[in-house]
This record gives sequence, C-alpha cells and structure tokens, in this order.
Amino acid sequence: MSAPIQFTPAQLAEVRRLQGLYPDKRGALLPVLHMAQDSFGYLSLEAEAYVAGLFDLSPAHVHEVVTFYTLYFQQPKGRHIVAVCHNLSCHLAGAQDLLRHLETRLGIQRGETTEDGRVTLQAVECLCACEAAPMAQVDDRYELNLTAEKVDRILRGLT
Amino acid sequence: MRNFARTDSHTLASYRGASGYAAWQKAQTMEPAALVEEVKKSNLRGLGGAGFPTGMKWSFIPKTHTGPVYLVVNADEGEPGTFKDRYLLERDPHALIEGMLITARAIRSALGFVYIRGEYVQPWRRFSAAVKEAYDAGLLGKGFDVVVHRGAGAYICGEETGLLSSLEGKKGWPKIKPPFPAIKGAFGQPTIVNNVETLCCVPPIIERGAAWFADLGTKTQGGTRMYSVSGRVKKPGVYEESVSITLRQLIERAGGVTGTGRLKAVVPGGGSAAILTADEIDVTMDVDGCRAAGTMIGSAGVIVMDESVSIPEALLVLARFYAHESCGQCTPCRESTGWIEKMVHRIVHGHGRKDDLDTILDVAKRGGGTTICAFYDGAIGPYISYIQKFRGEFEALCRA
Repeated sequence: MSAPIQFTPAQLAEVRRLQGLYPDKRGALLPVLHMAQDSFGYLSLEAEAYVAGLFDLSPAHVHEVVTFYTLYFQQPKGRHIVAVCHNLSCHLAGAQDLLRHLETRLGIQRGETTEDGRVTLQAVECLCACEAAPMAQVDDRYELNLTAEKVDRILRGLT
Repeated sequence: MRNFARTDSHTLASYRGASGYAAWQKAQTMEPAALVEEVKKSNLRGLGGAGFPTGMKWSFIPKTHTGPVYLVVNADEGEPGTFKDRYLLERDPHALIEGMLITARAIRSALGFVYIRGEYVQPWRRFSAAVKEAYDAGLLGKGFDVVVHRGAGAYICGEETGLLSSLEGKKGWPKIKPPFPAIKGAFGQPTIVNNVETLCCVPPIIERGAAWFADLGTKTQGGTRMYSVSGRVKKPGVYEESVSITLRQLIERAGGVTGTGRLKAVVPGGGSAAILTADEIDVTMDVDGCRAAGTMIGSAGVIVMDESVSIPEALLVLARFYAHESCGQCTPCRESTGWIEKMVHRIVHGHGRKDDLDTILDVAKRGGGTTICAFYDGAIGPYISYIQKFRGEFEALCRA
C-alpha cells in the first residue's frame, strides 16, 4: 500500500512544467497534490512535507490545504471510491435508500472502507448531475439514474 | 446549446461547421473598448449566480494598469440543482474557448485560467482536449494562453474570491472586498472572473449584435439562459429559454409535475434561493423578476417538489449542506450553520419545540450581511423561507 514518498524524474519534470504555468509556482499546489495522491495512495504527513519541499512552502501550509478539500485523503482509502450524492435533488429521488442499500451490501457505514480495501463509501454534497438523480461518482465516472440493481451491477465490476 | 444535438459537438471540426470561431474573426477587427461596449449594450448579466452586468464588470479593469490582466473562468459548478456548466464543458467546449478569446481581447488579457471543480473529471478531460485542439489550430498561443486548473472539492471555491485563493494554492477562503478582483485579483493582478455560461454567450453577441441578444430577454437582462430543471418533473434536464419565461412555463416545458402530480413548492435558482410556493410560480425567471418575488434566480437551478415532499426534510438536507460547506472563516456563518443544522435535525426527528423555529429565524437573520462573502446570505434564503412559508409543517413535527 505505502509507495515510497518520492516522485520519479518524469513526475518531477511534470511538477516543474505545472509550476511554470502560473505567475507564482504555488498556483500548481492543488494539481501537484492530485498527482501526489494518485502516486502515493493518500496524502500522509510525510507526503505533505515532501510536496511542501517542492514548493518552498511550510508543511503547515500544505496541511492546511489538504485538510480543506474533500478530494484529498489523509488516510489510506479503498481501491475504489463510491461517492453517493445526497443533496436535494438526489434526496428527492431516494438517495438515502440507495445509501442504506450500499451500506448493507458492503457491510460498512458511509465514510468507511471495506476490510479488504476494495471500496470506500461516501455520502457527498451536490455533484451537479441532478437531472439523473439519484447518482454517484464511482472513481472518475458519474453513474447516473441509479437503482439498487444498477448499483449492484456496478459494485460487481469493482475489483 | 446550438451545438448540443451533434454527437461530436465537442470537436473543433463540428464547432467550426456550425460557424464556430466566426465571432472571434469579427472580434479581431474590433477595438477592445468596442467589445466591452457591445457586451454592455447586450444586457448580458452574469449567469453563475450574482447576475452582475458582465460588460460593466469588464470595464472595471483600471485603464492605467500596465502589468498583466488575468481572465479566470469559474467552472466550479456546485450550487445544488445546477448542472448547465457541466453540459457546456462536455458538449460545447469550443464555445467557451471562443468566448474567452473575445473576452481576453476586450480586457487585454494574455493569460486565462479555467477553474474546473475537482469532481468533474470527464468535463475536465473533454475541455482539456478542446484546448489542445485550439492550440494545434493556432487559435490559442498567439497572444492568449489558457491554463486548465482542477479544484479539489469545496463548494466555497465557486465564490469568486474563494476561487482565486484556491487558484493561488491556498485553502479556498474568500477575501474581503474591496479591493474587487478587477482591481486586485489572481496573484495580485487585475482579474475578471466570469462563469462558463456567461462567456459562452459572448460569441453570439459579437456575431449577431447586442440588440439581437438584448431583444431575446427583458428590459434589464438580455438573452436566453440554460435552466437546470430537476426534482419531481417528468423530463428533468437543461432547457435553454428566454430569461422572460415564467416558472410555470418552465415546469410545463420539463413535462410537468410527477409524484402526486400536484405541485407543492419550487426552488427557482439553486439551493440558496428562497423557496416559492405553488401559487408563486408566475414569476419571470430573470434576475429582477425573481428579486421582486423575494427570491433569486441565482444559477437557475430549478428543483421541483410535489405534494408528497417533506419541506422540513428538504431544509435539513440544505442545512447539512451549509454546515458542511461553510469555510469556517467568519464566526456568524461557521457557528450559525452548525447550530441551525442541529436544530432542524432535532425538529425533523421529533425532538423539537415550537419556539425552536423562532430561534432559527432569529439566528438566521442576525448573521445576514455580517460575513466576508455571500455564502451565509445564501444559506439564510432557505432557512427563513422554508420555515415562514411552511411553518405548519414544521410545527406538526414539534412536541410543544
């Protein structure tokens, strides 16, 4: 699970390219944190300090940023993220029933990860696909117009 | 939306086939001041939420400034009930790029940023591919560059100064205004922040003229806009209509009410808009029409509720949302959103008292206008209107 906290030379070149796009290289902090999370699995304090070093920032500044945004994980996460929207339009379309169904199927509560590390289940705020409620983000994809059957099918595809 | 029907609408070839980039050709023969004037005359008003006149915003860039000016596109769509910008990024990315090119000329900017919410991975890929096409075709990179930037999950970054903080590599805390971004914005330089849909309106304005666009709307707001309609309607989706359409007509356009078939209430302009009852839907869906009706058009996210919907439960959903998304910078917002969520929670779960309702109204009103940004003022809209207009429903859940 824990990859070494070190970018490859190619990744370091990408960091420099991203930093060069902004009038102040700090503008590239969010994109580089996305890269770090993709590479290291999650953003540990060690990863935060490593990224801070690439930006001449204090680890405290990077920690403040990481803890502010919902897409950065400070703990190991599942290999797949199932993030069910439970804002108003999805609520009206049965998002709570869908969440309870997923909790039963996966044997975890929202906010938790299955013991085998396969799936992290989240309830999240509006993902702005209200025309297809209820919906969820499964990793990079938006899964729309969900039903219990459809979500079971999606779960079976997650390895 | 003129290009949405084509399956390849996101490609440069398809966009060009529909006379795409013709407006940019024309704009290059016009002086920057003339472009600003044209957009002013079109009565285009910001479509992200605030409804500020776009041309006037552009004119705030100091004339004497000699350093860089930045154009920042707010693609951090997050207002509950809104999904139009997602459609534009995925299906009409070149309309945004063309709008950026023209706007950059108008405000004399050489560098633009497009801040896309972190969850929008597919729209981000689509838009990035379109930017690459535009570079390869020589549309970008000749005096104007575009950086596509991904956010990381925070509703407050849709607030323009919160967005700028985030773009600068910080947590997305809004900044005190003045100075406004047009004077001191991204990286300390004059910056114009416009919504995706707003900029997509610019090419047709330049191509067909300000008068044509102005005539599509009302006296004080030009054009059509994209209404996101969801909730209990037969055909939820994005509808492009004149801003003079009424809410009643829009609901009919979306196939009418489902569920019980009897309308109870409608959110007209995204989660932060005051709710309207079934007999208040003859309001026109423009900035001033909604304002006169005591609500706001905001991002034009319309959420329809039929008779079977529990209004207290709907308020609990929004109260949880505001408590979760408050950035924590200003005390009235940070504290009140948390308290109010807890109070609505206990009412919905049968442990509330009737005087809790007045406490919520009191807390909500006291915080209004005391914070750095409009987030808390937005939260107040639902707190007050849901309770005032559906008080009986809340009281029925209370013990005494």
